[in-house]
Amino acid sequence: MLEIKQLHKSYPIGDSRLHVLKGINLSVKEGEMVAIMGSSGSGKSTLLNIIGMLDHADSGDYILDGLPIKNLNEKKAAEYRNKFLGFIFQSFNLINYKNALENVALPLYYQGMKRKERQELAMFHLEKVGLADWAHHLPKELSGGQNQRVAIARALAANPKLLLADEPTGALDMTTSYEIMEFIQQLNDEGKTILMVTHEEDIANMCKRIIRLRDGVIMEDTAIKQVRAKQHV
Amino acid sequence: MIKIFGFLFDKDTWQEVQGSLKKNTLRSILTMVGVWWGILLLIGLLGSARGIENNFNVLFEDFATNSVFIGGGKTSMPFKGYEEGRPVILRLDDVKKVEENIEGVELVVPRIMGNAVLSRKTFSGSFNTTGDFPILNEVAKPDLTSGRFINQSDIDERKKVGVISEDVYKQLFEKDEDPIGKIISISNTNFKVIGVFKVVNFGGPQLDVHIPFTTFQQLYNRGDRIDWMMITGKPENDINQVEADVKLLLKNLKKVNPNDNRAFFGFNLGDRFSQFTGFLKGMQFLTWFVGIATLIAGVFAIGSILLITVKERTKEIGIRRALGATPIMIKRQIIVESVTLALMAGFIGIISGGVILMLINNAMLNSNEPWMRNPSVSISMVFLSLLIVVILGTLIGLIPANKATSVKPIDALREE
Repeated sequence: MLEIKQLHKSYPIGDSRLHVLKGINLSVKEGEMVAIMGSSGSGKSTLLNIIGMLDHADSGDYILDGLPIKNLNEKKAAEYRNKFLGFIFQSFNLINYKNALENVALPLYYQGMKRKERQELAMFHLEKVGLADWAHHLPKELSGGQNQRVAIARALAANPKLLLADEPTGALDMTTSYEIMEFIQQLNDEGKTILMVTHEEDIANMCKRIIRLRDGVIMEDTAIKQVRAKQHV
Repeated sequence: MIKIFGFLFDKDTWQEVQGSLKKNTLRSILTMVGVWWGILLLIGLLGSARGIENNFNVLFEDFATNSVFIGGGKTSMPFKGYEEGRPVILRLDDVKKVEENIEGVELVVPRIMGNAVLSRKTFSGSFNTTGDFPILNEVAKPDLTSGRFINQSDIDERKKVGVISEDVYKQLFEKDEDPIGKIISISNTNFKVIGVFKVVNFGGPQLDVHIPFTTFQQLYNRGDRIDWMMITGKPENDINQVEADVKLLLKNLKKVNPNDNRAFFGFNLGDRFSQFTGFLKGMQFLTWFVGIATLIAGVFAIGSILLITVKERTKEIGIRRALGATPIMIKRQIIVESVTLALMAGFIGIISGGVILMLINNAMLNSNEPWMRNPSVSISMVFLSLLIVVILGTLIGLIPANKATSVKPIDALREE
């Protein structure tokens, strides 16, 4: 599903360069649920951004579902993001003047889907996250948990191969966090491949595999026994 | 073409535009003020210039515009033994000589003028009276509102008849009274009113009463002296040259120094006419200049506001790009926003400009002395100005559009 070999990335800082990723090797199979952990500055967000095609590596290979991701121009990257990836952000990143339904339908709009189809599909996904009744509410009229569920519905809308979550519970209280995790686990049960950046141990333990980064290298890569979020709720 | 502009026919494009413009309704409206004002100015001024021109054309419809008035003044230079300060007197036979000797001349119409007390019943007043030939009709046709002008038999029989101006009519007659055939007194002599005319003034003294030339001669004992002649040039001749030729001939006849510029006064209607049309042309040019300059300023205002908006929307644009919006989708969205704002402002400007022209028109129709007639702009002008708005809106939209996609999506997402 996802193959990364000898991935390097550095950023210029003044005259020198900050080496953030120092040769990452990573392989993720379909249906996995992986937590990427590490302290701030360990390179975990950079890695996620490169996997998300929002940033590009200096060297190394990145192959997504057999497709080499290299030298993409902005247009191609946008198309790949739209087709292959679903993003879940810490701060939800919903568009504040669009209601829940419109937010969910946005990736489909950029796919060029017809309005009616788009609305139906978006509604289907909103139902799936249990927010069908809130379809016409603006983000500011919804709670944090509800907003994150709208964001998850949006990430799912285009039926991506890979879900990328950047601290998906970072802005939520514990109960809501577990609710969201329960939902993400459910998606994984249905077969979605999920990659998640987090720094919370309990959240990481709800995944099936934990990768620990330190100073741009993978320190530890272990399969774990998944803790079901449902037990906590 | 359809592939490039197809998105314009997509309802979703407009929903996106509507969404982002509505998000900031007040700012969107304020942004439009500049363009609105520019178009309003353009439409209002162009329409007014047209109105003035229309009025001018109607006024001068009855005048031979290639004409010049020449009258006798006083010499300002001594010549051939004559001292300066000698009055130059024109006579009827000078008219004949001008007609015979100057090639470019078409018609020469002699006129005399005096001040006379007009009275009827208890009303009286002092008015300028002229002695005229029927031929005046050919060069400066009086705009008759009723009755007729002087004819040849009036001249031949020295009839005591007069054509009075509307001003005279208003002073000597009751409202709605029919003046034709009524008797008025001119310098204590009874005259019959045969016509009423509308005063058209383009400089020079206002003339109030026309009476037959021969009657005037007799009444004031003027002999064959005239006060001035109106000369029209043949269409193919330059009226300025004709004026110069006539003056040179008259200077010869009257023994005036050829360099004496005071001996004759001249009023060149052709000159005035071209001056005025030149003035109108200048006004139109100025209108376009001011209008388009204002438009550019207005469109720049839209551009700069959109630039700020784009800056504020950096994160939103980042989100959109993460979800799969390509740079060109983002760019054209912002350009469409820019053009939409500009066009909406343009439409409002055209409508309000049209309303103003209508109000002016109404005011002019109700006015006694309208100086504009049918102020209007042509459809092609309206389309041209809208086209300019669209082009400027697109060009200026490119700046914020490029700004919007110059930030990498990863940096845009980090923006708070």
